[in-house]
Amino acid sequence: MASLLHDIRHHSVTIAAPLPLDSGQVLPSVTIAYQSYGALNADKSNAVLICHALTGDQYVASDHPATGKPGWWARMVGPGKPIDTDRFHVICANVLGSCMGTSGPASPDAATGAPLGMAFPVITITDMVRAQAMLLDHLGISRLHAIVGGSMGGMQTLAWAAAYPDRLASALVIASAARHSAQNIAFHEVGRQAIMADPDWQDGQYYGSARAPTKGLAVARMAAHITYLSEEGLTEKFGRRLQARDIKSFGFDADFQVESYLRHQGLAFTDRFDANAYLYITRAMDYFDLADPHDGRLAGAFANAKDVRFTLVSFDTDWLYPTSESRRVVQALQSVGAAASFVELSAPFGHDSFLLDVPALDRLVAGSLRSGLA
Amino acid sequence: MKLRPDLAIIADAVPRAARVLDVGCGDGELMAALQGKGVDARGLEIDADNVTAAIARGQSVVQGDANRDLADYPDDAFDYAILSQTLQTTERPDRVVDELLRIAPRAFVSFPNFAHWRIRLALLWGGRMPVTRLLPVAWYETPNIHHVTVSDFRDLVRAKGINVERVWHLSGDKPASDAAASWRAEHAIFLISR
Repeated sequence: MASLLHDIRHHSVTIAAPLPLDSGQVLPSVTIAYQSYGALNADKSNAVLICHALTGDQYVASDHPATGKPGWWARMVGPGKPIDTDRFHVICANVLGSCMGTSGPASPDAATGAPLGMAFPVITITDMVRAQAMLLDHLGISRLHAIVGGSMGGMQTLAWAAAYPDRLASALVIASAARHSAQNIAFHEVGRQAIMADPDWQDGQYYGSARAPTKGLAVARMAAHITYLSEEGLTEKFGRRLQARDIKSFGFDADFQVESYLRHQGLAFTDRFDANAYLYITRAMDYFDLADPHDGRLAGAFANAKDVRFTLVSFDTDWLYPTSESRRVVQALQSVGAAASFVELSAPFGHDSFLLDVPALDRLVAGSLRSGLA
Repeated sequence: MKLRPDLAIIADAVPRAARVLDVGCGDGELMAALQGKGVDARGLEIDADNVTAAIARGQSVVQGDANRDLADYPDDAFDYAILSQTLQTTERPDRVVDELLRIAPRAFVSFPNFAHWRIRLALLWGGRMPVTRLLPVAWYETPNIHHVTVSDFRDLVRAKGINVERVWHLSGDKPASDAAASWRAEHAIFLISR
């Protein structure tokens, strides 16, 4: 499957400038795949950057080239939608380290042409943001009307405000956090161990072989998928119902609907995602703690972001990035005097609520983008 | 849209370009009026639907509880804090007043006067907690847990050494005279300062 994934051609740009990384390493050049929607106005003031989540991609409002499914936020982005492409020039770039055309572990080694695998340097959320800034420089966009992101996209949005406060007017951070908690790291470690325990992983050098660690990647996805849903949602959707049978098998088939569902989710994921990319991006998230360079004071990260308008949204059933993490960010923003909005929305879908039908979120997104627009 | 009379008085009294925190801002009605005159207005509101409505109209509002979350604002973050029709619902009104005057040197505090003659009569003759136009909810479900009067509030600010810069009394939608305010004001709006 990996070979199929890596055969897809994406719209991308290769920037021949070095990208310094938080690890101290340097990428000599970087390729960034991206999609854009809506016209950029004459003074280039209507650009909105959307940052995608861990397993998201740049196909925010267009059909996915591997699965053929509609864009992951097609309900939010488009003409007349809350992020209105009739008004805004929307850009979404595949993050550094990912597998949809941007530089990552599947990228070729400059010297040998062979896929880098684990020779690709470990990256951070801020490295992703640096790469996006290079893309905007390339596009001639010096300042964004807004940056919008859910989950890991929200982490990038916060990292943008910390690293380039002069380059954005507003930041919309949905179902996210300014750090990864011990629990967040723990779940990611389960996923990484599942991948690395798969003999087909081959220390990350599986690209040229006929084998790829799809089983390990599928298990990683299954574990992660549970964290994206609420217990209430799972119970409502599946309960203890059996899958296509009336009695228990007294075996280890997927007796329960929830098992069958997770197995399907895990398997389907391997069609569209690269196992090494999953390792690198989860690591980047685990390293994320915006307060870390400021002696643990989160407010220090936003010291120069007083003029950015922030909107943070959490969901009451999201236990992965709970409301308390959003509140912590809001407190830090208030302490530096930044204009911050925050609301906890009620939605039954757990962390995934930011991707699903929550009408109040649509109103919030539309409203927070409208404000400050001439 | 016409503002509630106490809000209209506050909107009028806040100077242009001031930095204001509206505590219990509802759906942002007062903030919208203030922004019309160039005020940098932000809000704190407990109800998620109200917060959503205010953000959707482009305002900066944080969902939070005046009993706890005022502590998150730094000293002197604002020029004015506003607490309209909320004091009587807080757990410790005295502490909330302290917080208001910590985050801003001046504060507008408006509240229903529980010594208005209608309330006195209802209690005196009816022997029951009054249900009036301004206090339309029965005792067991009212959010008003601290029944404060104009005189009570004056005593509180005096005891705290807080200055009263100006007071407006309202009877219905009209100004009430200061002389008989304790009896005749349904509403009071105090502008207080450190």
